[in-house]
Amino acid sequence: MTRIESKFAQLRAEGKKAFVSYIMAGDPDIETSLAVMKGLPGAGVDVIELGLPFTDPMADGPTIQLAGQRALEAGMTLQKTLQMVRDFRTGDNETPIVLMGYYNPIYSRGVDTFLAEAKEAGIDGLIIVDLPPEEDEELCLPAQKAGLNFIRLATPTTDDKRLPKVMQNTSGFVYYVSITGITGAAEARAADVAPEVARLKKATDLPIIVGFGVRTPESARDIAAVADGTVVGTAIVARIAEKKPVPEILAFVRSLSDGAHSA
Amino acid sequence: MDDLVNSFMNGPDEKGRFGIFGGRFVSETLMPLILSLEEEYEKAKTDDSFWEEMDWLWKHYVGRPSPLYYAERLTDRLGGAKIYLKRDELNHTGAHKINNVLGQIILARRMGKTRIIAETGAGQHGVATATVCAKFGLKCVVYMGAHDVERQQPNVFRMRLLGAEVIPVTSGRGTLKDAMNDALRDWVTNVRDTFYCIGTVAGPHPYPAMVRDFQSIIGKEAREQMMEQEGRLPDTLVAAIGGGSNAMGLFYPFLDDKGVRIIGVEAGGKGVNDKMEHCASLTGGRPGVLHGNRTYLLQDDDGQILEGFSISAGLDYPGIGPEHAWLHDIGRAEYVAITDKEALEAFQLCCATEGIIPALEPSHALAHVMKIAPDLPEDHLICMNMCGRGDKDIFTVAKHLGFDMG
Repeated sequence: MTRIESKFAQLRAEGKKAFVSYIMAGDPDIETSLAVMKGLPGAGVDVIELGLPFTDPMADGPTIQLAGQRALEAGMTLQKTLQMVRDFRTGDNETPIVLMGYYNPIYSRGVDTFLAEAKEAGIDGLIIVDLPPEEDEELCLPAQKAGLNFIRLATPTTDDKRLPKVMQNTSGFVYYVSITGITGAAEARAADVAPEVARLKKATDLPIIVGFGVRTPESARDIAAVADGTVVGTAIVARIAEKKPVPEILAFVRSLSDGAHSA
Repeated sequence: MDDLVNSFMNGPDEKGRFGIFGGRFVSETLMPLILSLEEEYEKAKTDDSFWEEMDWLWKHYVGRPSPLYYAERLTDRLGGAKIYLKRDELNHTGAHKINNVLGQIILARRMGKTRIIAETGAGQHGVATATVCAKFGLKCVVYMGAHDVERQQPNVFRMRLLGAEVIPVTSGRGTLKDAMNDALRDWVTNVRDTFYCIGTVAGPHPYPAMVRDFQSIIGKEAREQMMEQEGRLPDTLVAAIGGGSNAMGLFYPFLDDKGVRIIGVEAGGKGVNDKMEHCASLTGGRPGVLHGNRTYLLQDDDGQILEGFSISAGLDYPGIGPEHAWLHDIGRAEYVAITDKEALEAFQLCCATEGIIPALEPSHALAHVMKIAPDLPEDHLICMNMCGRGDKDIFTVAKHLGFDMG
């Protein structure tokens, strides 16, 4: 069992919804980013999504794009991202970490080398936006073989015919993208999300976590209530961009996790 | 049967691959869209009425066939091979781009899409898209890097006259690749009514194959015209490459003619060096994944994409179509790089000897012709794709030649 699977088993036993939060590795610099990351579990975060910076993040809105640019300008790399995970793991061997990003930096490193390094560093799962099921042999299948979860995105355009294909090699959880669009754009609405989660549930037993367009504690509560949990990224990254002090960022994360956990 | 197995014209496979290149590296939101596009394109491809509409428009709206012109003074001047120019710069809108745009827009209409989006670098693809959208009364949105908006003002104004909305892209560094990122972001947001009209033989499958098929009219005509004028096939084909659509269009119908030498010319900028002051993806890049396909890319050791550099905004892209990457690796085509300086010399020579003002893109191809022609025998036939006219570039050239246009 990966840390992700254990965490969801535990949440299920407690009857709790999951709160997942996203930050960009190395934004605005490694030190600040690591300080925020270390504080996330204490702020009620069940699963950490760690963004791997990329020059061309095609599925992301301006807030996450700029976060990636800041990280890259400060010298962030794949190797330093893995080192950040190792540093986090010295104090926390429980909280699941999902690396989220795009394929090219991983392809450039070499899939097998990357998977060995990621596993050793303490990463539990991968969300790679530009690898649909049609490209499963690239990374998804090797990752599962290496003991990492490969978490797939399902979207409003994923119709019933396609759904089994999307679920087939997914593990850990399913990330439902609540809107057609980029990160941080339109607001997710629980009334739209609920029937979609029900539709996905027919195709999988995995937990369904809903993200894109969740920004406030109220929204985190409402969306978590109709799913197995929710993800917030852009709203947190925006506060990092505003150079808010780490305790203030973590207090905001706490308000979000309280929202999600109250569902 | 043997010929079919050994053909270079069978690609891509059902996964959209040319060897290891190509593929469908897109987010899940877009996957159903490109599958439906593939399905519709496969239907259209075998539908006579689709090609009848294309042929009619190519003839009466674009002005095809474009001439295959024997450049006699240029040939004399270089004193070697006989040089023919495929005059795609005479097309409506001044470049080969419209060949492909027509195909995609007719397809979009068949699919019931009402809103067309496009990315553009130099603005030629944007102008062609805006033009065809105006003709069919479709809403048109063109993404253009803010940096390119600055250096290609005449084309920006043209697009606006044609009724398109031009959105300057400031994300990333504001160049063609960023324009493509923003077009993709638009597409994931407006999935229901929007058709993404890609301007080159890149992007996720089926774009590289589809755009190649539409541009292949160039090579088909050149083949027939050469047979008509010389009674045989050309010995060497030369074309400039940014993403590679004009080159793929010329090369494709000749891929199985093993006696025809095929040369693609990349933008060498200030020279293919480790400072990456060029756009020569094949000469100076390595395989990676960007914009939906695996191909050669300009990238750093960490897999971060680098900005290219070229005098020509139309070649300023850090990738190249996946079919070129494959042709390069299997050795069916050769790829070389030409510097800004060499392209500027070719530009001037073409003006002075043939009375043709070429775009900076085919000036790169011409510069390579200038290199090889003198050493080839007089009966050696070179066919070069003159894929665009230079009106849009006169300001850039004037600046480089130190001429003050006020």
